[in-house]
Amino acid sequence: MWQGVVDWLVYGRMGLSPNSALGSALDFFIYDTGKIFLLLVVIIFAIAFVRSFFPPEKTKRVLEKLPEFLGNILAALLGIVTPFCSCSAVPLFIGFIEAGIPLGVTFSFLVSSPMVNEVALIMLWGLFGWKIAVIYIASGIVIAIASGAVIGRLKLEKWVEEYVYKIRGGQGVIEKRSLRDRIDYSFGYVGEIVGKVWPYVLVGIAIGGFMHGYAPANFLAKYAGPGVWYAVPLAVLIGVPLYSNAAGVIPIVKVLMEKGMATGTALAFMMAVTALSLPEAIILRKVLKPKLLIIYFSVVAVGIMLTGYLFNAVIK
Amino acid sequence: MKVQILGSGCAKCRLLEDHARQAIVELGLPAELEKVTEIEAIMAMGVMSTPALAIDGKVKSVGRVLSKDQVSAILQGGK
Repeated sequence: MWQGVVDWLVYGRMGLSPNSALGSALDFFIYDTGKIFLLLVVIIFAIAFVRSFFPPEKTKRVLEKLPEFLGNILAALLGIVTPFCSCSAVPLFIGFIEAGIPLGVTFSFLVSSPMVNEVALIMLWGLFGWKIAVIYIASGIVIAIASGAVIGRLKLEKWVEEYVYKIRGGQGVIEKRSLRDRIDYSFGYVGEIVGKVWPYVLVGIAIGGFMHGYAPANFLAKYAGPGVWYAVPLAVLIGVPLYSNAAGVIPIVKVLMEKGMATGTALAFMMAVTALSLPEAIILRKVLKPKLLIIYFSVVAVGIMLTGYLFNAVIK
Repeated sequence: MKVQILGSGCAKCRLLEDHARQAIVELGLPAELEKVTEIEAIMAMGVMSTPALAIDGKVKSVGRVLSKDQVSAILQGGK
């Protein structure tokens, strides 16, 4: 229905031809912007509301009772619903370790929480459809479980900064919140996120729209198609410095795929953008020695690349 | 009364500090505002998500930026 309205506006009122580059670029831009902003507001509100029931303190209490592997699975799942901002990564990490949660389980949480973020999810759903969004979440969870399990096996506790083990936490506090509080919190969260990402969404969709209209079809197939083996690691490398810009990157990825980029490569690229962020690494350096930080990044990067190759092999 | 803002100094913590200061001034309370930035001290109070607000050593709110009115309500013993 929305597509009909946009078509009427661009092709009818403005008199542009659907076959012209300008017409199809503008149609793409208006259609996607409207859809994405609506989804952002509605879904972020819903997610914030759900998250208000899962404060990190509660997640910690669940995880501290579990054995290792089961802990990894639950940590990856809870990573999706527990509100997490990289500025509280340090207290969260210390809180988990101090409560006796194994290092590997803690990492499963730290990988899943930023990777399966709400903005990435909405952009994927809105632009690629629910199937790709589900594939993205499922792969993200699997990578989080596996990375945490690997780090747990490696016995790297000695590469956590010593002071972390000396901290004794007090009794955790779980606030009682009324429905009113939760709704206020959810509205506040929508404002915060939309206020932060809207310029990236617009710029991303504008670039995407431009390429959609002007770049020749399939021009990427030669460089980033399924047969190009180095495309996946290259995509991950390019993705790392683009942290937290999922909103701007995903519309561009959509067009890159239209123009011939393989699905797995695109998926790996988006995961690298969300899961491997430099500011988070700098923050985590306060609690992790450099070696552990490097291992953490490498394990996750390898997991993302394997996922990329897997999907390139499966989806033709 | 001692009002404490717990957080390692990110933008959200400063926002909460501003709201708390405004609330104290508005209510005309003889309260002292203190910033707790040491991670050990924050953990010792059982807080994992910052920013948090504590009054006289008791944690009242964690992981969100309260508005000025919400801080006022807490200061007046609402919660």
